[in-house]
Parts: sequence; structure tokens; C-alpha cells
Amino acid sequence: MGDKRMKDSRRNFIKRTAALAGTILATSALKPFSAVIFATGKPEDPSKPWYGIGIDIEKCIGCGMCAKACKLENDISQEPFYFRSWVEQYTIRTDGTIKVESPNGGIDGFTQSVPDEEIYKTFFVPKMCNHCAKSPCTQVCPVGATYESPEGIALVDEKYCMGCSYCVQACPYGCRYLHPETKTADKCTLCYHRITKGLQPACMEVCPTHARIYGDLNDTEGELYKFLKEHNCQILKPHLNTGSKLFYNGLSSEVR
Amino acid sequence: MPVQLKTLLPLFALFILLFLIARHFLIPESFGKYGHYRADSMDEIAVLPIHYAGKSVCIECHDTEAEMLESDQHAGLSCEICHGPNAKHADDYDVKEFLVKDGSRIFCGRCHAVNAARKLENVIQVDVVEHHPEKENCTDCHNPHAVWEIKE
Repeated sequence: MGDKRMKDSRRNFIKRTAALAGTILATSALKPFSAVIFATGKPEDPSKPWYGIGIDIEKCIGCGMCAKACKLENDISQEPFYFRSWVEQYTIRTDGTIKVESPNGGIDGFTQSVPDEEIYKTFFVPKMCNHCAKSPCTQVCPVGATYESPEGIALVDEKYCMGCSYCVQACPYGCRYLHPETKTADKCTLCYHRITKGLQPACMEVCPTHARIYGDLNDTEGELYKFLKEHNCQILKPHLNTGSKLFYNGLSSEVR
Repeated sequence: MPVQLKTLLPLFALFILLFLIARHFLIPESFGKYGHYRADSMDEIAVLPIHYAGKSVCIECHDTEAEMLESDQHAGLSCEICHGPNAKHADDYDVKEFLVKDGSRIFCGRCHAVNAARKLENVIQVDVVEHHPEKENCTDCHNPHAVWEIKE
């Protein structure tokens, strides 16, 4: 008897577990609940824009005008440490050590700090929000203040943000900061107020070598689509599966 | 039904009702339109003022400078790279608060000072300290709109 009861309860246990697992799986596929996992995905309709960014490291001359323009365009505090966009100079010395420098985000320009004979290679890396398709920053927001717009731009709702700065910690690229005055999270909007008016984002408007472009990844005639076709591009920290949409041409493996 | 449940159930129902009413008034209308966020905030960001007017606006008035620019090495550069954000100046000619006219060695050196990381051949690299030290500024000799028109 005891033996039979045991078998029964085991069968029931497996049944119940299977039912529960099945329900969870089925619910997770439903639209309203999938929003909990990913804020947005690539739009199903390919005629709608899905913005990405292309940066050509080989063209960047490190003038820092992008970082400067970003602050002026978006009225960001001129104090150091508050950056939506900045430039880093990587220098790999002949002894294998790596020096990364970004004096005031590159806003005042760069001066070569390592003598020529010690340099193995050196290059500039402009950095900004990667506008990830599976952005860690939007997933951790407890109040729905940060989100990916239907065009794939990660934005912050200043009125909803309560300044917990969880997203600042979550971004693996260091692209967010807490605004010193509003005490809310702040970040690159891909100059949403400019691109909706048909203008270039400020950093791209002032880039003298056209090292940075943005465009619609769905537009097969577009500039970005062509850029990705003609260059071997790489994203930052691909192992984190953030779905980054910032593509670098000529990215060296030393870049973090 | 136990008597405790009978007394508590209406109370619970009332709480749930009050919660739903409060929720209705507290959640903004556009919340959840596209996802778990307030859709109106996108419009609020979109109407923020611009500061960089864009080259096409500049050259509407400054056509001689634009023509000169396209004739020489600096062709293709946007005006506001050097001159700063001037959307306000485009709206009202007399507003020149951000207008930059800097021909110093440091300013031109942002692009042209020797740096091993600057590899574009057509961005000429100059030792900004040693290059013609008898002159103070780059613009003492070079016209920034047409760089190879050397002033005497």
C-alpha cells in the first residue's frame, strides 16, 4: 500500500510540475508579459525605422568636438564626469601595457602623452550610448522611467525617474550618470529632439571627418546599412548579449 | 464560511476597489501605449530646443564664406565645428553669445597637432609649437575658410 501511495504522489508531483512549467512557458510568450523581459524588440514591420550607429575608428582624429557639442546641445553641466558622449585615447606601449586616457572626456582635445618610440599602436575611441536592443539599463528600471522607444532609442522619462541610479550601475558601457541638478538618470538620446526634426545628432553634425553616422538598420538603401556592408564592424562587449547597435569599424581587442 | 472571512471579505473588496480607483488616476494616460513607459515622454524629449543650427542654415546668409570653404581643403566641414552652436544666431542675427572665432595654435591643434593616433593623411599634422614660431596664431597666415591662401 505504502509503495503504491508513493508512486501516486510522485506521478502527481511530476504532473503538477509539468503543468506549472507549461503555464509559465506559455505565459512568457504572450505579448503583455514578454514586455517584462525585453522592453522592445526589433519591430516586426521592417518599414519602421530601427536606429543604429556606426563609428569609424580609423577616421577619428580625436578633436573631441563631438564630446564638446554633445554638452552644449543638451545643456549638460560643464563639470567633468557628466558625459553623454566622450572620446578615449588608447595607447598600447611596446612593453604591452595599455594606457587609456580621456582628459575631461576629450572636450579640450588631446595631446600625445606617450613618446613615439614607446608606442606600439595608438588610436581614439569615441564612446556614447550603444542604444542596445536588449538594454540592461531599461530592464532594471523599477518604475518604467527608462525605455527603448519603438525606433530602438534608449530614453529616460525625466518626470518618472526617481533617481535610484540602478540603471547607472547596470549599463556595462558607463553611458549613464545622475544629473547633478534634477537628480534623475541622464544619457544620450541620439539627439532625439534633432533627429525628429530631420537634423543630424550634434556629435555627428560637428564631426570633421564624418567618422560617426547614424541610420535606420531596416533601410537597405541607407548609409548605415552600406557602412556595415563595406566595413568589418564589431560591437563592444558582445559576450554580454546586450544587442548593442553601436558598430565600430577598426575596433581593437584592447578596447573595453 | 467562517465568520472571520465574512467580515474580512468586504473589507478586502473595498481595498481592492480603492486601489483600482487610485491606480486609474495615478497612472498617466499614455503609460503602456508602446510598452512599460509613458509614451508622452518621447514627445517631451522631441520638443527640446536645438542649439546647433546645421550647415544648411548657415550658408543661407553666409554664402561667400561657404563658397570659399568648398574651394579648398576644409571643404565639407560643418560651420559649427569651429564656430560653435549658433541656432540662436540663426534666429536673430544680433545674438552672438556662442559665436567662436578662434585661430589659436591650441584650437587648430585639436585636429592638426601631431599625435600618433591621428592617421588620416588629408588631416595635415603640424608641430604647433615649432611651426613658424615668429607668428602667434595660425590665422595670422592661414585663412581658415581657404587654408592654402597664405596671407603675407
